[in-house]
Amino acid sequence: MVKAEGVHKRFGRVEVLNGITLEVQPREVMCLVGPSGSGKSTFLRCINHLERINAGRLYVDGELVGYRQVGDKLHELRESEVVRKRQEIGMVFQRFNLFPHKTALGNVIEAPTQVKGQSRKQAVARAEELLARVGLKDKMHSYPVALSGGQQQRVAIARALAMDPKLMLFDEPTSALDPELVGEVLDVMRGLAADGMTMIVVTHEMGFAREVGDTLVFMDGGVIVESGRPRDVLANPRHERTKLFLSKVL
Amino acid sequence: MTGTATETDETTARPEEIRAVPVRHYGRWVAAVIVALIAAALTYSVFTNARFRWGDIGHFLFDHRILHGVVVTLELTALSMIIGIILGVLLAIMRLSPNPLVAGASSFYIWIFRGTPVLVQILLWYNVSALYPKISFGLPFVHLNANDLITPFVAAILALGLNEGAYMAEIVRAGLLSVDEGQTEAAHALGMTRLQTMRRIVLPQAMRVIIPPTGNETISMLKTSSLVSVIAYAELTYSAALIDSVNYLVIQLLIVISIWYLFLTTILSIGQYYLERHYSRGSSRQDPGGSILAKIFSGMFSVRHGQ
Repeated sequence: MVKAEGVHKRFGRVEVLNGITLEVQPREVMCLVGPSGSGKSTFLRCINHLERINAGRLYVDGELVGYRQVGDKLHELRESEVVRKRQEIGMVFQRFNLFPHKTALGNVIEAPTQVKGQSRKQAVARAEELLARVGLKDKMHSYPVALSGGQQQRVAIARALAMDPKLMLFDEPTSALDPELVGEVLDVMRGLAADGMTMIVVTHEMGFAREVGDTLVFMDGGVIVESGRPRDVLANPRHERTKLFLSKVL
Repeated sequence: MTGTATETDETTARPEEIRAVPVRHYGRWVAAVIVALIAAALTYSVFTNARFRWGDIGHFLFDHRILHGVVVTLELTALSMIIGIILGVLLAIMRLSPNPLVAGASSFYIWIFRGTPVLVQILLWYNVSALYPKISFGLPFVHLNANDLITPFVAAILALGLNEGAYMAEIVRAGLLSVDEGQTEAAHALGMTRLQTMRRIVLPQAMRVIIPPTGNETISMLKTSSLVSVIAYAELTYSAALIDSVNYLVIQLLIVISIWYLFLTTILSIGQYYLERHYSRGSSRQDPGGSILAKIFSGMFSVRHGQ
């Protein structure tokens, strides 16, 4: 589903990603962990081309992200092409980023009606279904300010799912939440994983990674330090840096 | 040291409600008395001074020339603001463009039009035929006589509208920048184009920041439009000047038009209140605070940038 080959990303002169190579299979849940500044969020943002990579190759569903290869030259994709690929990738942000001028329902139907051109009726029906699935059918007509952080994040997940993505990216989805609200968001994500959604999750929730993750990738300094089955990596980290990190978060 | 805390249960009696003697604010009472005295003295003098000639003021308040002036002033205000807002959005988006030449052109425009007095701009547009006697817009077979094209009305609209564009550009830009970047990212991640993101997500949120100063601009424009009296265009102020040049009731006519300006700015302030309320949806848990009266008074007393 996702394939990265030696992905590099620079901000100015700072190398944020220093050659990331990994592969995510369909229906797989991959958890990216690591200290802040290790490049996990940046890598996630490269996958849907919110950030442009400087070197290496990144493929989603077998197609290059952001470029088209013609002969041995790469051509930048037009906006319409980038936009079409992004529709297949859902993204959930640390700070929710719900549209504050729209109700929960308005947030969920925005992209289906505007981007996919669905009728309002069709989009509303689907949105009601999704909001029910994240347990917020009764909050449909509330504006984001009237919702708790956990509820906002669940709306954000419903909003991403409304585009029927093949892949979901989660950028620290529970880091901005009060501890008592983390569970409700993780429950929704657990359900998604059980339904077979391909997910890449940047997280500090090691319990979630152990329970739901198929693969755990530990990143530091823009490189992958170690990866494997979450149970193995968490129980028997092979590298010093992984051990040091885990001793602080577990 | 160990702190203690007692668990609250139903048996805990609610302590007595506090009824304290309030602090007496003698200073406020003195100030209130002084303000009331001054207000009474002013009111008394205004209504007993026969030189005000309130009868004449009442007579000219609905004179057909004055009423026509009111309509013209409203037209000028509306047209200039429409030009100003469209130009402002355009200039703001240009200014945020990654192309340095496009951004620079916008900055240059704002520099010129904000840096010179509106009064001077009105006179310049009125006299533009001295610079360009023939206007062709660069098109073949189009040779318009500038004196025919630039009537006082056109000069007034051009001067007020183009000047307003510079101010609106800054207001719109501040509004666009006030919207969190996460909003744009979320919209892009959902597959929205830049145009869709601007129109559906960023602009509606920027409106909350853009509307209040735009309301102030409109109120200012209503008053600034009086400057076009210098090119003998019969809006409200010039209409009054035409009348008092015959009957010498200068003060009375100035009061007449002041009453009209005050009435119109009040109406605009009420409109602004409802517009602001509409665009603040989702920004706070309650209805936007503040009474309508407070909004209206603050709107009327807003200070116009230097002229």
